[in-house]
Amino acid sequence: MAWTSRASAGRRDSELATLQREVKIVNKYGLHARPAMQFVEIANRFNCKIEVANGSLVVDAKSIMSVMRLAATNGTVLKIVADGEDSAPAVEALEKLVAEGFGEE
Amino acid sequence: MKLSDIIIGDAIVPSLANKARDAVIEELVESLAEAGAVSKQKVKEITKAILTREAQATTGIGKGVALPHAKLKGVKKPIATIGCSSDGIDFASLDQKPVYSVILLLSSPDNPDEHLQAMETIFKHVQRDIFRKFLRQSESREAIIDLIKEADEVG
Repeated sequence: MAWTSRASAGRRDSELATLQREVKIVNKYGLHARPAMQFVEIANRFNCKIEVANGSLVVDAKSIMSVMRLAATNGTVLKIVADGEDSAPAVEALEKLVAEGFGEE
Repeated sequence: MKLSDIIIGDAIVPSLANKARDAVIEELVESLAEAGAVSKQKVKEITKAILTREAQATTGIGKGVALPHAKLKGVKKPIATIGCSSDGIDFASLDQKPVYSVILLLSSPDNPDEHLQAMETIFKHVQRDIFRKFLRQSESREAIIDLIKEADEVG
C-alpha cells in the first residue's frame, strides 16, 4: 500500500540503517575461494551497501574479486559494515556464515 | 608476496592449444612439469585434484578469469602459471561468460595462510581492468612476464 511505503521511507535514516559487526574467522583454511564465494553470494541477496574490512583494507562485499583480496586467515577479525534498509538481516546472515566457519572445520 | 614470486615464467602458456576446461587444466599442469616446477609423474594426480576442487564450485570468478587451484602435499610454496585463450573457455563462470585468462595455483595444505597470501597477490592485480586487458592482449611468454614485472612494480 502506498502509505506504508511512504511511512517506511520516512524512517530512513543513514545512522539507523548503518550497522557494523566484527566477526572472527574460525575455520582452519580462512577466507579462501569457496568461503569468499559464499560470502559474496549472500551479500548480493541484500540491497544495502556492504563493505568488509580486514584491518585497513576495506572492500565491496558484493565483488568476488575484491573479497578474494582480504587474505583473512584463521583468527582474523573481519569488520562488516552495511548501510541500507535491509542492513540488519544482511549483517546477521554474513556474521552467521563467518562465525559458523562457512560449514568447514 | 609478489606475482613474480608465485608465477613460474617458463610454465606460462600464451596461447592454449586446448579449448575444453579439463584439457586446459591438464595442459597447464603439464607446462608446470615441463618447466620442472612439479614432477612429470604427478601430472595426472595434480590435474585430478584440481578438477575435484573445480567440481565443488567453479573458480571462474567472472570477467574472463578463472583460478583453478588445489592444495597438494609436496608443494612447498605457492606456485602458479598462466594460460591464455583467444577463443575463450567454458568454465561455468559466475557471470556465465567465457574465460580468456586461466591462472592455475598450487599450494601446500600445511600452510593455509600462505595460500591466502597468494590469492591476495593474484587478485590485487586481476581485479584491475587494465591488467586483465593487457593479459588478454599478450601474445608471448615474454610479454606476460613483462606485464607481471610491471604489475609488481606498481604494487
